[in-house]
Amino acid sequence: MTATTAPSTVSRAEYCVVACAEAWRGDGEVLASPMGTVPSIAARLARLTFAPDLLLTDGEALLTGDVPAVGARSAVTEGWLPYRRHLTMVMGGRRHVMMGASQIDRFGNQNISCVGDWRRPTRQLLGVRGAPVNTLNNPVSYWIPRHSPRVFVERVDMICGVGYDSAAAAGPSATRFHELRRVVSDLGVFDFATPDHAMRVVSLHPGVTPDELHEATGFPLQVPLATPRTRTPSPHELHLIRAVVDPSGLREREVRTR
Amino acid sequence: MSGKVMTPDAIVGRLESGMTLGIGGWGSRRKPMALVRALLRSDVTDLTVVAYGGPDVGLLAAAGRIRRLVTAFVTLDSIPLEPHFRAARERGAFELVELDEAMFMQGLTAGAQRLPFLPIRAGLGSDVLRVNPSLRTVTSPYADGEELVAVPALRMDAALVHLNRADALGNGQYLGPDPYFDDLFCEAADTAYMTCERIVDTAELTRDAAPQTLLVSRHAVTGVAETPRGAHFTSCVPDYGRDEAFQKEYATAARTPGTWGDFSARFLSGTGEEDYHLAVEAWHKEQR
Repeated sequence: MTATTAPSTVSRAEYCVVACAEAWRGDGEVLASPMGTVPSIAARLARLTFAPDLLLTDGEALLTGDVPAVGARSAVTEGWLPYRRHLTMVMGGRRHVMMGASQIDRFGNQNISCVGDWRRPTRQLLGVRGAPVNTLNNPVSYWIPRHSPRVFVERVDMICGVGYDSAAAAGPSATRFHELRRVVSDLGVFDFATPDHAMRVVSLHPGVTPDELHEATGFPLQVPLATPRTRTPSPHELHLIRAVVDPSGLREREVRTR
Repeated sequence: MSGKVMTPDAIVGRLESGMTLGIGGWGSRRKPMALVRALLRSDVTDLTVVAYGGPDVGLLAAAGRIRRLVTAFVTLDSIPLEPHFRAARERGAFELVELDEAMFMQGLTAGAQRLPFLPIRAGLGSDVLRVNPSLRTVTSPYADGEELVAVPALRMDAALVHLNRADALGNGQYLGPDPYFDDLFCEAADTAYMTCERIVDTAELTRDAAPQTLLVSRHAVTGVAETPRGAHFTSCVPDYGRDEAFQKEYATAARTPGTWGDFSARFLSGTGEEDYHLAVEAWHKEQR
């Protein structure tokens, strides 16, 4: 654990924004598809800084030529992406989506459909939506605004987004374009770059202790001694987050103080 | 040639219990709600509903009209979870065929093209295959030899869609940013019924709009009805956006049988579409 302490003026939500933005670094000319407020701020931040070639939508059917603040209307349209073309684009792979997860396990299987027995769930959620097609066709990351043992579970109740073990079991057509990039939560950043593709800790956000992470995670997750802290947003990034992309502070509503 | 112009109730008169019904739109967007409300006034039940689900599914589920649902999600968009769908699932009210969004699109496309199935990568490794044990895979006959999911065609007895404009012949036009899959729904169904905000002369359709806004062609349409605000409370841009305040009222009322009973009595117990809009208008006045 490094001893670096963050400037106290940077909020946890702002660390999360930068950690999510980093997911799209180096992606080039692909569609960044953020689900949720912090990922939406993050994708805009990435495009305004280190990933200028990213494509963004207005959340509906248009590709935006400008980068409006979250919730604001775009003034420039550079493309048309209705659902039928969006789904085709997914299958073409030129997209990196950051989805949410009601449950996620150590191999990255994700559930947004229902909790309990699928035949008669205790809690019906959204349905599988596009999680199966996303995970088999284009890079996928996840954003979890509140890291808890109810979300980070030993086994998900319904596999919507396909994890590494499930893809491997399903064979070469499933693994061919399968790639889970990173998981960002309000506690840290995680990936699957281990020999068996089990989740590992990439960084903890400043102020988060290993004990706090263990208590909030429903499966064993080692925190190596050398685990770094999530990087601090630069003054320029902070300016963009606060004054340009999210001037009304929506990020602070999605990431609650723990 | 105005033989296709019908009323919503006459359209529902053509539907029968036990049918497979496709419903166009997406989530809480451009749903043929006037037809859904007409369905609620009828005794048509025991339906298989095929839809990218929104409050259409919610209302039909709450009224116990669905025997089987084929969908990838049911949502109100600005309110992520559809309360009636949720309650119906949690009490095991109907059979569910849960497909991925792109699998659903392939199924519609196969239905429109009279193919038995279309292949897709999606579904492999996911529990969509576990909860749909009848789904099969197919092996590519080419050198790659890939094993893919064979999505069976989605064919329907009738499709219901709502467009911005149409002519009396059944040519339908969307003026918003997204066509959704309304053309495919019509083409994958044995009969298709289209409501619209306004029926206009054919020449007027492209007077101020590009020809590619003509989404649904008359060869695929059985009947057409003019239902102004017929997608309410879902969105029908550019004619109107989603009625968020009323949708919130709907979702809140759906939480308990008591409040839902009050909501139904007030908004859904009239004898026609006009009663519904008068009740909604009165409700909006109260909110001011």
